[in-house]
Amino acid sequence: MAKPDPNRREFLARTAQGVAVAVCGGLVWNAFLAQSARAAPDALRPPGAKGEADFNATCIKCGLCVEACPYRTLKLAKVAAKAPLGTPYFEPREVPCYMCPSVPCAKACPTGALDREIGDIATARMGLAVVDPEHCLSWQGLRCEVCYRVCPVQGKAITVDPHPRQLSKHAIFVPVVHSDACTGCGLCEKACPTELASVRVVQPSLVQGKIGEHYRLGWREDQPPAPSAATPPPPSAAPAVPPKAAPGVDYLNRGGGL
Amino acid sequence: MNAPGNAAVARAAKPVRHFEMPRTFGGRLWFLRYTLGRRATQLSILIAFFGTAHWGWTVAGEPLLAGNLSAAKIAGAIPMADPFAVLQMLAARHWLATEVLVGAAVVLALYLVLGGRTFCGWVCPMSIVTDAAEWTRARLGLRADVLHVTPAARYVALALTLALSAAAGIAAFEWVSPIAMLHRELIFGAGLGLTAAVGVFAFDLAIVRRGWCGHVCPLGAFWALVGRAGQVAVKYDAASCTRCGDCVKACPEPRVLNFGTLAEAGRVPSGECLNCGKCIAVCPESSLRFGLRATGRIDEHI
Repeated sequence: MAKPDPNRREFLARTAQGVAVAVCGGLVWNAFLAQSARAAPDALRPPGAKGEADFNATCIKCGLCVEACPYRTLKLAKVAAKAPLGTPYFEPREVPCYMCPSVPCAKACPTGALDREIGDIATARMGLAVVDPEHCLSWQGLRCEVCYRVCPVQGKAITVDPHPRQLSKHAIFVPVVHSDACTGCGLCEKACPTELASVRVVQPSLVQGKIGEHYRLGWREDQPPAPSAATPPPPSAAPAVPPKAAPGVDYLNRGGGL
Repeated sequence: MNAPGNAAVARAAKPVRHFEMPRTFGGRLWFLRYTLGRRATQLSILIAFFGTAHWGWTVAGEPLLAGNLSAAKIAGAIPMADPFAVLQMLAARHWLATEVLVGAAVVLALYLVLGGRTFCGWVCPMSIVTDAAEWTRARLGLRADVLHVTPAARYVALALTLALSAAAGIAAFEWVSPIAMLHRELIFGAGLGLTAAVGVFAFDLAIVRRGWCGHVCPLGAFWALVGRAGQVAVKYDAASCTRCGDCVKACPEPRVLNFGTLAEAGRVPSGECLNCGKCIAVCPESSLRFGLRATGRIDEHI
């Protein structure tokens, strides 16, 4: 075998050096990306926004939605804002979303990070209003109900429901938010008269639970009844197989023990 | 036509003259014509974006120039988008709406005509910062670099950008780009832009000469690759050139000015050329000038 060419040696050493620098830089860069692009659960996005991870990947940070907003609701995130740098978000206590029927912000998005085909603005889910009963005036027994009256999805997203008051024959009337209708526009948060808003719009994932498939609320009309002893299984089928419409754990009725 | 032969004859016959800065104001203004043109272009694009965002500038009832250099819309009709940003998002395996794809194609087509790094020299706001660093370097007489970085590092940065976009699932350079930060801050007042500008200035001033634009920036690398097919180019006349080297001293990317390859191609053959015109303004023999690549050599039609 021939003696190694010193130029070749030099070249290989230089290449190895370059690769090492690129790998170091790449690792730091990758760590930064993983940190900064993690889901920011505090950020309220414009209407029609994709899920947080997809939104981060497709928002080009051009600010066209910000310029399209006639109320200056939207802004691009600065350093240490609630959203990753340069992405659009809004803070309802400052300026809420006034739910333009034409949704100009979503339609201005060139990349589809906001759904340009969004139809009715009432289908938008920017966030979910949450009432703090410890500080809400209505919950103290006052007839405030400002949030109910400013709500643009009136009577659906927030209702005022009677609630018994301790040791009193009189009821209090409290605001109750319904997640199936609340768009997260934040008009309630903006209008709330307490010093710090007692109704806040947050990302639903921060406050919303999930019951789970295995619970059966058999008394509710929208849920299928659980198979019970009152309805005897057909004589031929043994053991009884639970109907497919009611998934869940039903081993106690299945016979044959655990 | 035997251009290199002619050049050899011309060199033998012609004494080498160096560039001298004109003493008159008009002469100096003429010397700075490309620099002033670049600043005017950079600033007017910036002002058009700013005016549309803050003062509601319109044309025919539509916003004049909405958005920023990442994605924009002219007169509510013509979409534009940064093809490199779009490429990163596609590398991150996210399909995008048609508008941004059309916009990227529009910008790509524009720079295929103008020559790729025309963006860097004439549009990118960061080149104002790096030119200022270079100017300061010259005034302070700073020569030494703290680090040695090869100008080819930018292509590694480009490859790394696409690899990390695929790995992290987000547009890797867009999330750290000091250019985007600076431009966003100038238009929308949104964060870190000044910090980014100061960082790039310091890097260019002290660590690597022409460090950001000439060595590291993956966006510049992207445009350099596109620029190989660019149509506007600095044309070279080997017959009148005395090889005084003043152009090489003035050039921010001196690698692109190699007299051998210049004479062979009749133009600056590299995509890394910014089309900034500094070499043209400084050439004492007027051997360099802007021209269309397709129109052949200067010496052929003189």
